[in-house]
Amino acid sequence: MKKVIIIALGLGLALNLSAQRFLTKTGHIYFSSDAPLEKIEAHNRQVNAALDSRTGDFIFKVLMKSFAFEKALMQEHFNENYVESDLYPNAIFVGKIPNLDDVDFEKAGTYQVTVMGDMNLHGKSQKIEEDGVLVVSKDGIQATSTFNLEIADYDISIPGAVAGKIADEIQIHVDVNLKALNK
Amino acid sequence: MKTQLIIAILLLFAVPIMAQDDMMDLFAEEEPTADYTFATFKATKVVIGQSVENPGNGSLVFVIQHHFGRVNTGIEEFFGLDQATTRLGFEYGVNDWLALGLGRSMIEKTYDGSVKAKILRQQTGKRNIPISLSYFGSIAIQSMPWPEPERTNYFSSRISYANQLLIARKFSRAFSLQLIPTHIHRNLVEKKTDDNDVFSLGAGGRLKLSNRISLNAEYHYLLSQQTAEDFHNSFSVGIDIETGGHVFQLFATNSQGIIAQQFIARTDGDWLNGDIHIGFNISRSFQLKKKKQPKD
Repeated sequence: MKKVIIIALGLGLALNLSAQRFLTKTGHIYFSSDAPLEKIEAHNRQVNAALDSRTGDFIFKVLMKSFAFEKALMQEHFNENYVESDLYPNAIFVGKIPNLDDVDFEKAGTYQVTVMGDMNLHGKSQKIEEDGVLVVSKDGIQATSTFNLEIADYDISIPGAVAGKIADEIQIHVDVNLKALNK
Repeated sequence: MKTQLIIAILLLFAVPIMAQDDMMDLFAEEEPTADYTFATFKATKVVIGQSVENPGNGSLVFVIQHHFGRVNTGIEEFFGLDQATTRLGFEYGVNDWLALGLGRSMIEKTYDGSVKAKILRQQTGKRNIPISLSYFGSIAIQSMPWPEPERTNYFSSRISYANQLLIARKFSRAFSLQLIPTHIHRNLVEKKTDDNDVFSLGAGGRLKLSNRISLNAEYHYLLSQQTAEDFHNSFSVGIDIETGGHVFQLFATNSQGIIAQQFIARTDGDWLNGDIHIGFNISRSFQLKKKKQPKD
């Protein structure tokens, strides 16, 4: 009798392992704005990201307040005037890897992927589709991507007085090291 | 026997069902982090007096403060714009909680040095602190020629002090309020009956009109009897306009003086009488110490 339970539990465990999930809470995202009068860069090293290797679900949750700027005043303006992080604390991306079959999660290697989904930022949601790279190793998966966002798409307006200091298009750099979730 | 088997089968299924859970749940925080309230006020001044805000860590703020003459001097003095008193000042954020300041005002050729230290920061999350509390202290030294050089004059007679507690709360993203109990000490006063120590209770507020413009007001109620008899309570109302690295404050006040020792203890203008000064503060922030970005 007891054996049945043990076998069942064992089976459950096995199933869990094959339905792999990869997670990080210390992912790194930085963005750069390259305007004629000023270059701005801000880093966030507390990015939440999760990837399901079975379904291809790939999600990100980024706390806007965690972006660190070189200048204290910029950071305040970013939170207060632009992304309004008291109203919209997180940027959330919910997407999928459509070409999941190209990736062998069992085999170490570098795989080109496409990620498509909904980017929710400053209360606005936009469909995006970007290219990225997955590096699979025994330690986990490193996912990197560089892409651009138009800030106007997310209802963030730049006043005339700082027009030359903030670019219309912001470059986003994603670098997350996902570790297998074992429970 | 049968129930055990059922439990076993259920267990078997439980795992894949769990896998269907919202992946977002994986991000649930085990430990809440400190969530500091930012921008209780936009500038280091509410209108003419100190706010709980410090210059950012490593930033140097250059402040030009300007109070014109009285509006009721009429067209002859171009409503006060022909005369002006100014103060030039620097404020530096030494770290996240301490700021130092230096300045010089035209009135009585006064030099001042100040410290502003954050004691509590309004925050939620790991700890819940409903208010921000700062201490502001200033020493002012006037450098006018002695009115009676023939008698023995002491340098200490030139010195006056201001001590303030700044207690502020950002109630919503649009509204902040601050209480400002103040103690001012003058080493030398004009008349025997004058108060060497002046106490007042002030209040200031900010109401955000748009992302970059806010309406601010500040009032200081004199508690010391003699001073309250001889002088008026200082009241100022103005707007903050911010553009990038600048904050521009435009206001009307009954105080000619720019530092606390002057505007709290020695405001002689009366609003009802039209003794109103138009004024402005311009501050420009320079980041001297750059935050290091760790490289991967």
